[in-house]
Amino acid sequence: MDERTPRFTIPHEELMYPGHSACPGCGEPIAMRFLLKALGPRTVMNVPAGCCAVIPGVWPRFSLKVPLIDHAFECTGATSSGIRAALDVKGMDDVTVVGWAGDGGTVDIGLQSLSGAVDRGTDFLYVMYDNEAYMNTGSQCSGSTPCGAWTTTTPGGKAIARRTGKKRILEMLVENGIVYGATVNIAFPEDLIERVRTARSIRGPKFLHVFSPCPSGWRMDPSKTIEVASLATRTGMFPLYEYRDGQYRFTKEIKNRKPVEEYLRLQGRFRHLSPEQIAEVQELIDQGLEDLRARVEAGRK
Amino acid sequence: MIDALTANQAAALAAKLARIEVAAVYPITPQTTISEKLADMVASGGMDARFMLMESEHSAMSALIGASYVGARTFTATSSHGLALMHEVLMWASGVRRPIVMPVAARTIGGPWNIWGEHMDVITERDVGWMQFYCENNQEVLDTILMAYRVAEDPSVMLPAMVVVDGFILTHTVDAVDVPEQGLVDDYLPPFRPDPVLNLDDPRRFGLVMPDWWTEFRYRIATDMEGAKERIREADREFGRIFGRRYGGLVEHYRTEDADAVLVVAGSAAGTAKEVADRLRDEGLMVGVARLRVFRPFPSEEIAELSSKRVVGVFDRSYTFGDGGAMYNEVRSALHGSDNIVKNYVGGLGGRDVTAAHMEWVFRNMLDIADKGLDRRVEWVGLRDGSGRW
Repeated sequence: MDERTPRFTIPHEELMYPGHSACPGCGEPIAMRFLLKALGPRTVMNVPAGCCAVIPGVWPRFSLKVPLIDHAFECTGATSSGIRAALDVKGMDDVTVVGWAGDGGTVDIGLQSLSGAVDRGTDFLYVMYDNEAYMNTGSQCSGSTPCGAWTTTTPGGKAIARRTGKKRILEMLVENGIVYGATVNIAFPEDLIERVRTARSIRGPKFLHVFSPCPSGWRMDPSKTIEVASLATRTGMFPLYEYRDGQYRFTKEIKNRKPVEEYLRLQGRFRHLSPEQIAEVQELIDQGLEDLRARVEAGRK
Repeated sequence: MIDALTANQAAALAAKLARIEVAAVYPITPQTTISEKLADMVASGGMDARFMLMESEHSAMSALIGASYVGARTFTATSSHGLALMHEVLMWASGVRRPIVMPVAARTIGGPWNIWGEHMDVITERDVGWMQFYCENNQEVLDTILMAYRVAEDPSVMLPAMVVVDGFILTHTVDAVDVPEQGLVDDYLPPFRPDPVLNLDDPRRFGLVMPDWWTEFRYRIATDMEGAKERIREADREFGRIFGRRYGGLVEHYRTEDADAVLVVAGSAAGTAKEVADRLRDEGLMVGVARLRVFRPFPSEEIAELSSKRVVGVFDRSYTFGDGGAMYNEVRSALHGSDNIVKNYVGGLGGRDVTAAHMEWVFRNMLDIADKGLDRRVEWVGLRDGSGRW
């Protein structure tokens, strides 16, 4: 045995196999692979429309080693509730139900159904892989597209407003009643796995927000996926934090935070931004982090 | 045991007798009392099922599709706008072969608002791959739900079914209903054991089908829907053997054998039609009723048996804007090549009663055009058009 082996904290077990149909450099299969490693084989997944409906393979090919149920776009929460109910009826209450949907399928069209599942107290894990636009249909703006970003429906860039431009979905769901929520990033897989395991250990509706770059939609070099993802967190664009027991907590403290420009300049979708606009985006991020810090501090009191 | 029940109460009892395992509900008039009765039975411990409150009909159907994959027998009920909201996932349910059974309290669809009965909501969903059973009375609602599960879950069918219950006329009207014993129902309806079913040791997906196989998947649904006709006839025969009641399979022929004029009609209005037909028979008028129990799959063979009749009338409780009623057009199509007169009668819309007087007018009009020839293709029965006709 290699003497370094014990240092690995990521499980060896593979439940997602090569042969899936994601684009080169896509963040989503990385997220799905780590998620399944953390959850293990007693897992049932369900997915709506989106890249997630394509990536696991075209019938009869299938790249996952767990059952996957496909459904319409707006009903990930509802389908999860149904699967959970039937598993409980059949005495399979040890099985983890994972509703896995994109940002558009979550913060826009799927919001009602997700809210219903949280309200029902469905014991499941909802994972939103956030590539910040409707990428499967070719980069249309979603409620999770950041300010300033070019998409095919925001050719001049999404209007820079106060706030980050992204719906604060985790906070919305905290108010809705989730028992656990966390942001995770494919560039930090050990943290991702820890968050998934924490979520699995708690009964009730849980939510994970996964940062997942889309090289084709973000107009970036597919070999830079991890670098871009890492910068999103290290610039404060996508801070990593969790919510549990009434408290928010940073799960990754960023020291020596980098300017957002380093993140933006690697992506063609932000190429049109002027130095003034970049400064505005920087301001929004600073403000967003301050808001989050205030929530974290409020919980500590 | 004979009990006094509304059709909605009978429907909820049928769900209990069918030993459903997962129910997902959302309120809409005039369906809501089905959900309420289920809630009562589950809460009181009289019924062992997971009962889920959903935030929309779309979500109710989506939840059942998920539950059915896991192998649970599933149930919901809806009406009107709720059914329309489900449209997308109705197609999903049939496309992935989930044998969900759902009573629909048939009601019109707005706007403007109208909560009352007609068949527009269910007719609008005729092409979504669901079987459609239309009930004449409360007893038939209970019995048909049991039959629908048996047919839907047959391995050769595996398609969902809606059981149409005329809004208010049946849903909210009390009638005597013979509630069968659980043991007999268990004999009639075996437990739901789908194959394949969700299995963690043999993980599968039924997800994304490309053009190379899509046609074959659709062809299987088409042929299995066609095959469901024989399963429905069998289910009706077997029901008669166990419970002593039969409904005629897909079409109930009532005094049609020697009739000159036959009215094809679905749902509760058929009761009125039969009553009036009896009265006119006493006068020596040769009329009969072919009650359309099943609209999907369409009973083209049974309808073709009417090809020797001089006049076939079709009473539609809905209207497909553009060209007559849906039932009329399909009946006419099944009779293509015969030389009888086929006429469409549209009525009973948005809660307007279909009275005995209306039915008598329809029968007399049919006999009239048997001699004089077709006066008009589509007759709106009871229309306040200022003509003094009604």
